[in-house]
Amino acid sequence: MNELLGMIPSVLMMVSPILIAAMGGMISERAGIVNIALEGLMGIGAFTAATTHVLLGGEFQATVWVALGTALVAGALISLIHAYASVSLNADQVVSGTGINLLAMGSTVFLAQIIFHQERTEPYKLGMLPGPGGIYATAYIALAVLAASWYVLYRRPFGLRLRACGEHPAAAAAAGIDVRKVRYIAVLVSGALAGLAGACLVLTQTIQYTMYTINGAGFIALAAVSFGRWLPKGVAGAALLFGSAVALAIYMVNIQALRVLPPEFFSVMPYLITIVTLVLFSGKDYAPRAAGQPFEKSGS
Amino acid sequence: MRTAKARSGGSRLLDSILAAPRTVSIFVVVLGFACGTILILAVGRDPGGMYAALVQTLTGFDLTRGTWNARYIGEWLTASLPLILCGMSMGFAARTGLFNIGAEGQYIVGLTIAQAVALFGPQIQGLHWILAVIAAGLGGAAWGGIVGWLKARYAVSEVVATIMLNYIAFFLSRYFTRLIPDANTYQTPSFPATARIPTGVFDSLTNGSRLNAGIFVALLCVLAYWFIIERTRLGFSLRATGLNKEAARYGGIRVTRAVIISMGIAGAFAGLAGAIVSLGSFSYGRVLGGYDNYGFNGIAVALVGNSTAGGTLVSGLLFGMLASAQPLMQSRQIPKEVTWIISGLVVVFISLRTGFQMLIDWRSKRMTERDEAAREGGEG
Repeated sequence: MNELLGMIPSVLMMVSPILIAAMGGMISERAGIVNIALEGLMGIGAFTAATTHVLLGGEFQATVWVALGTALVAGALISLIHAYASVSLNADQVVSGTGINLLAMGSTVFLAQIIFHQERTEPYKLGMLPGPGGIYATAYIALAVLAASWYVLYRRPFGLRLRACGEHPAAAAAAGIDVRKVRYIAVLVSGALAGLAGACLVLTQTIQYTMYTINGAGFIALAAVSFGRWLPKGVAGAALLFGSAVALAIYMVNIQALRVLPPEFFSVMPYLITIVTLVLFSGKDYAPRAAGQPFEKSGS
Repeated sequence: MRTAKARSGGSRLLDSILAAPRTVSIFVVVLGFACGTILILAVGRDPGGMYAALVQTLTGFDLTRGTWNARYIGEWLTASLPLILCGMSMGFAARTGLFNIGAEGQYIVGLTIAQAVALFGPQIQGLHWILAVIAAGLGGAAWGGIVGWLKARYAVSEVVATIMLNYIAFFLSRYFTRLIPDANTYQTPSFPATARIPTGVFDSLTNGSRLNAGIFVALLCVLAYWFIIERTRLGFSLRATGLNKEAARYGGIRVTRAVIISMGIAGAFAGLAGAIVSLGSFSYGRVLGGYDNYGFNGIAVALVGNSTAGGTLVSGLLFGMLASAQPLMQSRQIPKEVTWIISGLVVVFISLRTGFQMLIDWRSKRMTERDEAAREGGEG
């Protein structure tokens, strides 16, 4: 039991980036744009954060926060491609998302080769330092993102408009909402959050960016969006569950009772649970009705 | 007046490029290479190195040293085979209106089964590897078929399902491969010789490259793809389902069945790719440490190849060239990841294609308006 309690800081460390990215994915899908580029955008964020932090000395806590900021901006900028393709050009959202994932994998390692002359960023001396109780600030950032997402989606007029764009864009447009603008904002926010998530991951869990840093965290976030039924508390719960599974897969060697199970048992959980729940809930429409469909204004 | 004419000439060129899917593909690939070239220039390297590496991959000629080695051609074809097959996995599903991101998982299932049959199957010369390849195809088909079944029976999005099944396949592959006696965390014991896909005459023809009989498997698959899609009732019902599901249903096509069969056949192609890589290029089973990425690059292959048999073959050879040229680029001080950037850009450009179409529509609309305005002006 003590071993499990001792794992809480590690679990929160793994959960935070997944939760932040999943909030981004949820916001985008609630506005009607599926963003399967979360994985790639997290990579962009992680690379940007690691590079910023190293180039600024790699040992100060102040530059950790600068790095979080640059990663957020980088994620938003790259997601502009996805927004332009899927909102302005009505392109297939899965195709442009796939393109960004491929592009992210290539461009981050390419830039690492140019800047650091190796296929990874230079390691930094000191990443983010944990606060009281061994808990990283990323956990509080994740909480803040969760609270803000819920507040904006459900307590602000903008949130109502955003959800309308994902459920029935034609009706939203008829009510005078600028569907394209709302969708642009949603995609950019999801990009910014994915970038931030990548930064949180790299600055707490490792000491440099490599092409294996993200390792599926973005796709787990995507799974959390479906499993959490596109609701803030559901997605947060899913991120907590999936992040714990990822943490258990890594730290289970320390826990006597779990050693009988293979580590793959926990690794596979997020994906398996998501498929099973999608089957169980099939027929009940939880997904935003217009997610994935381009919106073409009639008469333009 | 002259400027108007010049503009219409330019737009006519753009029109003719965008008129056929084939020219669109060529256009986006050229655009991708142009961006890659600019990128290399921007970081202060010589793009000539990239093109020299590509020439060496395609022809075996080393332009800088003036030497020739057929091995490079063999390696290029070897690298292309899994890309062609994974491209067909994506493409076949796309013809039925399904977006199969799951080629990576289907490839892993095929690879894992091929490795197991290689280690435990009957060691009969000329039969062993064929058995392993067939088993891999069936495994991939089952893995793809699950997605079709989930989609048809439970309306589970194939995009989400395939992403999940990719990771499930990956972790299951690691788990089961490590269970094999004497396997460590990286690899299994060596395959018996009967399990390796024979290289035959290619060995001497291509100066010891890894090119093997898998090329015949891939070519047979290209033929089968073309035949099923273009020449059979099944292919017709699959394409009809892809074009308009409701109309197909109304026309008496069993859509549920079509979706499952389509994903099954798509999975088989990717499964075969797994067998060709594991038994053709490796002499031992691998405990995968990460994705091989053939499945994901297969998405780009199919998009450029417009999901036709011939198009996917050509596009697979193109992406195989990019993959195979990587080490040659690295040795010429070109960061090899530029090839991934080019692949990614090509996919992004393809997604922007509808945008090009909108641009044309808008231009022609404006042109008509202007013509009408001019006519009215002339009459008035």
